[in-house]
Amino acid sequence: MRSNATQYDLIAPNSLDAVLQILADSPDRYTPIAGGTELMVALGAGRLQSKKLVSLWNLDELRFIEVAPDAIIIGAGSTFTDIRKHPIIAEEFSILAEAASWTGSVANQNRGTLGGNIVNASPAADSPPVLLAYDARLTLISIRGTRTLPYRDFHLAYKETTLELDEILHSITISRNLIGYKPYIRKVGTRNAQAISKVAIAALARMNDAYIEDIRIGAASLREYPTRLTAAEQSLVGKTITPATIAAARAAVLTEARPIDDIRSTAKYRATVAANLLEEFLHTLE
Amino acid sequence: MARTPQIVGQSPLRKEGKAKVLGRAQYVDDITLPNMWFGATVRSTIPRGRITSIKFDPAIPWHEFTIVSAADIPGENTIVHLAKDHPCLAVTHVNHVEEPILLLAHPDRAVLPAAVAAVHIAYEELPAIYTIEESEKKEHIIWGEGETANTFKTYLMQKNQTPIPDEIWQEADFIVEGEYRTGAQEQLYIENNGVIAEYDPESGVTVRGSMQCPFYLVHALTLVFNLPAEKCRVIQTETGGAFGGKEDFPSVIGSHAALLAMKSGHPVKLCYDRAEDMAATTKRHPSRTRHRTAVSKDGKLLAGEIDFAIDGGAYATLSPVVLSRGTIHAPGPYLWPHITVRAKAMATNIPPHGAFRGFGAPQSIFALERHMDKIAKTVGLTPEELRRRNLLSTGDRTATNQLLSDPVDMQHLLTKALRDSNYHAKRRQFDHENPTSTIKRGIGFATFFHGAGFTGSGERRLNSLVEIELTPEGQPRILVSSTEFGQGTNTILCQIAAQTLHLPYDQILIAQPDTTHVPNSGPTVASRTAMIVGKLVERAAQSLRNTLLASSHLSDNYSTQDFRRAALRFLAQHGPLKAEARYESPGNIFWDDETYSGEAYPAYAWAVYVAEVAVDTTTYAATVTSFHALQEVGKVLHPILATGQIEGGIAQAIGYALYEKCLWRNGHLTNNQMTNYIMPTSADLPPIHVTFEETPSPHGAFGAKGIGELPMDGPAPAILNAIEHATNIAFNEIPLLPEDIFERMTATPDSGTEDLNPAIAGPVFSEATA
Amino acid sequence: MTTIRCTVNGHEKTIEAPPMKRLLDVLREDLQLTGAKEGCGEGECGACAVLMNGDLVNSCLIPALQVEGARITTIEGLAIDEKLHPIQQCFLEEGGAQCGICTPGMILATHHLLEKHTQPTLLQIQEGLNGNLCRCTGYMRIFEAVQQASLVGTAK
Repeated sequence: MRSNATQYDLIAPNSLDAVLQILADSPDRYTPIAGGTELMVALGAGRLQSKKLVSLWNLDELRFIEVAPDAIIIGAGSTFTDIRKHPIIAEEFSILAEAASWTGSVANQNRGTLGGNIVNASPAADSPPVLLAYDARLTLISIRGTRTLPYRDFHLAYKETTLELDEILHSITISRNLIGYKPYIRKVGTRNAQAISKVAIAALARMNDAYIEDIRIGAASLREYPTRLTAAEQSLVGKTITPATIAAARAAVLTEARPIDDIRSTAKYRATVAANLLEEFLHTLE
Repeated sequence: MARTPQIVGQSPLRKEGKAKVLGRAQYVDDITLPNMWFGATVRSTIPRGRITSIKFDPAIPWHEFTIVSAADIPGENTIVHLAKDHPCLAVTHVNHVEEPILLLAHPDRAVLPAAVAAVHIAYEELPAIYTIEESEKKEHIIWGEGETANTFKTYLMQKNQTPIPDEIWQEADFIVEGEYRTGAQEQLYIENNGVIAEYDPESGVTVRGSMQCPFYLVHALTLVFNLPAEKCRVIQTETGGAFGGKEDFPSVIGSHAALLAMKSGHPVKLCYDRAEDMAATTKRHPSRTRHRTAVSKDGKLLAGEIDFAIDGGAYATLSPVVLSRGTIHAPGPYLWPHITVRAKAMATNIPPHGAFRGFGAPQSIFALERHMDKIAKTVGLTPEELRRRNLLSTGDRTATNQLLSDPVDMQHLLTKALRDSNYHAKRRQFDHENPTSTIKRGIGFATFFHGAGFTGSGERRLNSLVEIELTPEGQPRILVSSTEFGQGTNTILCQIAAQTLHLPYDQILIAQPDTTHVPNSGPTVASRTAMIVGKLVERAAQSLRNTLLASSHLSDNYSTQDFRRAALRFLAQHGPLKAEARYESPGNIFWDDETYSGEAYPAYAWAVYVAEVAVDTTTYAATVTSFHALQEVGKVLHPILATGQIEGGIAQAIGYALYEKCLWRNGHLTNNQMTNYIMPTSADLPPIHVTFEETPSPHGAFGAKGIGELPMDGPAPAILNAIEHATNIAFNEIPLLPEDIFERMTATPDSGTEDLNPAIAGPVFSEATA
Repeated sequence: MTTIRCTVNGHEKTIEAPPMKRLLDVLREDLQLTGAKEGCGEGECGACAVLMNGDLVNSCLIPALQVEGARITTIEGLAIDEKLHPIQQCFLEEGGAQCGICTPGMILATHHLLEKHTQPTLLQIQEGLNGNLCRCTGYMRIFEAVQQASLVGTAK
């Protein structure tokens, strides 16, 4: 334990409004902490910069999963276990449930929140590629009100998002209009469990006979934030699955992927495996 | 009339198991002493250089701290193992990142990390070297001089002490060459290194902590403090895993804590966190082995030259002994008419490497068993047939000319292992399925042995002593310095004593290893506890039994109550009773350290391991899908413990082969966290099928031979042999990661084919002529 | 410093601690419950695992303030008086504990698993324990212990 806990302050207001007020009053001084599976690691390693934290853990206003006729709204404070357990998510949004099941261990899923995962903005996170494939929308909230934006507009650069200093992520909305889409998700980690992703693909495709009518491909660890592989998507929409379209899609992946060499893997490996995963998905659609 | 039930060979409950499952076992960080302070270590941030200044940031209230430097050392500034090259604390120069320079102590644990960061040390950097190749180039000499420049130790092991005649090479049908490499490996015990030290000007030093060899620490302390051994008391606390990583390292951390205790006047707890333990403590030696083998066209080994090199890190520590074991195991379980092994341990500016289960043998056996498959392919034999034509058998002589008088039947073990694993059918099945599957499957095996006990005259030098005393309540209590760290020391020694004394297992006690109370039964290493120490426990128990029988307080066929009564009567009449047994070297063990020949080990365990793998061509990841481990171990003292040892060792070896990579940059271990140093989880390991055979050894208790390290030797080559079967690509370096498989699998014809291994291109390479 | 009220192993506790003190340290230092261990400090090894409101969590990642009002179960709370919990007995009998340092967390993870799946498949066992690293056993004996415990019928 490389930090001195006495040097940190943590407060836990019992309402979201109170939290938002605190963030508004001193936006650069309080860092929100939910389940702590990220920030407490930083504390233990002696690299948690913020000395003042405000707890979002278990606030009813953030920890909910609401099922509306046309959408599902997941509160940002929902844990990965909450998500895995939810029957509608398991049935209609299976790749989100799967991604949740791969996020850390059972113990970390009991504490890690979807909101924390998104806001932490790691390019390797497990759920974001799924949310991108689902065209999820984020609702951000502050004392000034709420605003909603497509998740694909949330990340600006490596670990930099559009979140204002006084804002927190309120909820994630996914439309229930994806019946008939075939899902795919695969994560390639350093081992079978409890692994940070080297590369991951989450995809949905709607077929019309042998033609791809719509396809969305979300990817982890191919850019400095989670991304949609739009060039690959464009190369596939309206096409049938032939060796030529597969080759073109692979080539497209290799153009838009800009992975790095890091402690876990190499850029060449990531790019090629991403193309392999996409090809694997396309074969299932044949 | 009490009939003695079989205890040895059964699986009684682990002696200290109840405390462990209750969460009551006291590991060192669970212990608090009155007025205890906490310690921390200020370490080098550069791999090699001269310290030019040390400044203490005025932001820290240094008057609250105790600060220890080398100047505070009362005795010698050295951590002794085999040489005295290893400073306890650096003075003017550092030779590796994380080298300890200063020690701090404070009553509040939480303030120490900031204090360590507030010690600003400036250096004049010197060129550093990180690989065997850089070291042997001798462009920068970082250790020794002249003959020993950068070289901790060399061995030349030649069968019959004669070089290989030239004609052998000239007339051989095949000469097969290969180069094989293994990486470092972190022991990754779940409990980090830690100790609590106390100092008293009258009574001396007391250190309690997580360790394998209390008397090694005693020895280290006598030098650091210039005190006699009687004033250096060491107590082993419940130890959460060791695997060799707590064999020599406690001498470092124990000395450090004791110095802080001395200067502060308080007991000092010094426990590392994971990041520090991974970065600063010992690892398995990386290795490079080069084979050159003359083979006849019917697959008989004619002669072998083996160059075996290990990277010892910055100081010698145990490198000479690791090198020794690696050297002796390099020729494997085969009959070599001629063999020359040239071995060397080189110095680099990496934190010193040390003991890790297997201790040199996993390295050289990896090379050999990969090379045997290569020889088989070259000559046109199956891997099985090549082994059959060369395996040692009863009455043969090993590469050190040791006569195998104890029965050995590797042919049978090979047959059984291949049958149990369905090897031939699976090989055919995979050959058939692979061409049309994205998952390539393969099956491979390794045949190997592992010598139990210290090499050659080592056991004679150790001169181990075991005692069994009667407690005031009349119960037998075993006194040994052999430590429990999960492998079952407490349990098996109590079983042996119980069986010999004809008492129930529950009646036998074993004392916590406290060097003021227990004799030196030697270190808990080298797979020697069951065989060597167990035998001494057996003899001491027999002696205790004989004493009580002879005292006429007891007659044969006694019951437990009879024994207790007789013991109490004896104690009342004669006072304390302590039976003892000291190691006696069997007459026929003769080892020559000069020529490296003779009886290298009193006994060998023999094994055949079979690995099934799947290589996913989408992700290039290789996983082990099934594993069969067959070994002949003399006597299985405790089936559940023994099986657990094999399974655990195989899990570590799977990590060694496919997952665990130490990533150094400029001498810094960059992946010193569990997140980034990948050990297998419960989801990564295959079903492991363990089978034992027993050919009792005359040397071990109830015939037992050592098994602790054996399971580390076989899996890596078996796995890579299987991967070669699956992919038709020869990988010769571990750890083998998906990125490595990817590089080779996607290599285009322009950049070199998958079939060519650059190491093959030796000067003489001839195809068989029928 | 802040005051935290919670229940630990069925007993009500009032703790004075810095709000960001790790639950692991609160247990070990303030409550002298040293069964939970620090193996990595980053939620990877599970040696610090406890149950919080019935959920398996890594106590090295939980700030004390968030424990307010919670029900914590540590390994010390599993056995009733001196009688081993069936999971503990099975670990003892099947060789599920070697060095024992991962054992408290592993047993609590088993408890948590068996509450959710009374007759778990091997795959469910592997998943349920995937956050508890063991370096000694290779997991085989642990799986055996979990399967035995499920046969004994340990769901409360």
